[in-house]
Amino acid sequence: MNEIVFTAVFGVFLLFSGLFIRSKNAIRFIAITGMGLAFLVNGWEYFHPGNDWPGGMIHADHVSILFNAIALGCTLVYFLLSGKDFEQLGEHLAEYFALVYFILCGVGIASSFTSLLMLFLAIEIISIPQYILAGSQKSNLKSNEASLKYFLMGAFSTGFLLMGIALLYGSTGTFHIGEMNLGGSGIDPLVLTGILFLIVGLTFKVGGAPFHFWTPDVYDGAPSVVTSFMATVVKAAGFIAFLRLFSIAFSADNITAHWTLVIALIAAATLLVGNFTAVFQVSVKRMLAYSSISQAGFMILALVGLGTLAWDGILLYAAAYSLATIGAFAVLIRMEDYTYEGYRGLGKKQPLVALANTVFLLSLTGIPATAGFMAKYFVLSSALQRGGMLWLVILALCCAAVSAYYYFRLIWAMYFQEGEPAILPDRITPAFKGLLIFTALLVVAIGVYPGLVLNWLP
Amino acid sequence: MPISNYIFLSLALFCIGVMGVLIRRNAIIIFMCIELMLNAVNLMLVAFSKFHHDASAQVFVFFIMVVAAAEVSVGLAIIVMVYRQLHSVDVGVMNRLKH
Repeated sequence: MNEIVFTAVFGVFLLFSGLFIRSKNAIRFIAITGMGLAFLVNGWEYFHPGNDWPGGMIHADHVSILFNAIALGCTLVYFLLSGKDFEQLGEHLAEYFALVYFILCGVGIASSFTSLLMLFLAIEIISIPQYILAGSQKSNLKSNEASLKYFLMGAFSTGFLLMGIALLYGSTGTFHIGEMNLGGSGIDPLVLTGILFLIVGLTFKVGGAPFHFWTPDVYDGAPSVVTSFMATVVKAAGFIAFLRLFSIAFSADNITAHWTLVIALIAAATLLVGNFTAVFQVSVKRMLAYSSISQAGFMILALVGLGTLAWDGILLYAAAYSLATIGAFAVLIRMEDYTYEGYRGLGKKQPLVALANTVFLLSLTGIPATAGFMAKYFVLSSALQRGGMLWLVILALCCAAVSAYYYFRLIWAMYFQEGEPAILPDRITPAFKGLLIFTALLVVAIGVYPGLVLNWLP
Repeated sequence: MPISNYIFLSLALFCIGVMGVLIRRNAIIIFMCIELMLNAVNLMLVAFSKFHHDASAQVFVFFIMVVAAAEVSVGLAIIVMVYRQLHSVDVGVMNRLKH
């Protein structure tokens, strides 16, 4: 809850500081410091549990605080790695940073809501700043188009989400997710329709098949520095909200029997579509967009599982996937040529950058000793706990094998193909290299010792 | 009047909205259809609120209105931005992201 207040207030502060401070470095410094402070303020709440909000619509337990810490930590890494690239977006640097703060305010609500009203507000607070960020390069047609598409699709899915909420309310008479008592003997068709609408709305937001079609276009068209954030922290927050809603409100046995198969089919479709389309991409940015769909498929597996293992898995996945993708995008932003050819010879020219990028790609594939492996392991074992889901786990493993093709293709281009990498050398500073290596070490550390994240759970 | 009448009316409005979004090509019309979907939900929430004798759904409706207003302001700005570039708000014209 501290995080929600702090990021909202600091975002407004940052908006106004943009009026008075002309120096771009100073604004970036304020934004990075604020993110560090937000991390500390959120951490303080872990040891001193605060009061709930009046009305009991938000309750921050240890899981939500841990997720907030992951989101804030990843954003801090993102600001440090790509903060300078915000200057490519346009003149109003303070506003872009402020919008990221507002998104994080929504992320805080998404991880700790107890009322469907707060779920709706969280999703909207996360979405609306993203529409603006996606279109922030006003003279770039691709950015405009991405923004419009994202906006229309986002608002459309909000309609489904709201219809689901209204139907659930109609049957239960409450918005509180803990008080719905859906476990009774008879099941109202209104509830089942409502759950279906909620699944459609939330699957839209997290980019799962068959509602994924906006994802590659938007991620490709939006400025790379924005995509990096949209595809990571925001997507993970969507899954936290998804899992929180379903594990608290719809986890009674007679209800899960109705929706588990739907979610499992969505997971299977997402995995297949994401991985098999990613194979055919020529642009690394578009490949990463499809890879984010396929990683979303793995995160949906946690929803099939619904248990402590699912929470462990989704939190690890949030950390592993966000760090690796933010790192891979930080390298991508510094390339002039976004195709695989542009990465040729990077291993010789910039060995440290190529090494870090390799670690990120290995983690995304799920190679042991990287964070991605542990995350996939926990998510898959949570899905296995639910009986009759063996086919889904086997499918997921096959898809992970397919994903190795397009990740390793990039590693191959970096190390084993001759050529001049299309990297902008003046933007590779020693500080950037150091941070990139640090992020890569973090990915390996979580992979070797997942307790780094999981020991914080009660 | 029985509650089912309200439910059918708002579901009908919702479906009109969904069909409009899927069929129409003009970004403004699509946007209007999305608003129609949201208002269908508002109607349903108010009807359920009366049915359950519980005011919380009416508060929810206010929140939907506020968020929809915020969305309108951002959305129309995006549509204007696109119109300045393309001199059209037809979503079929936008195909630069397809390969």
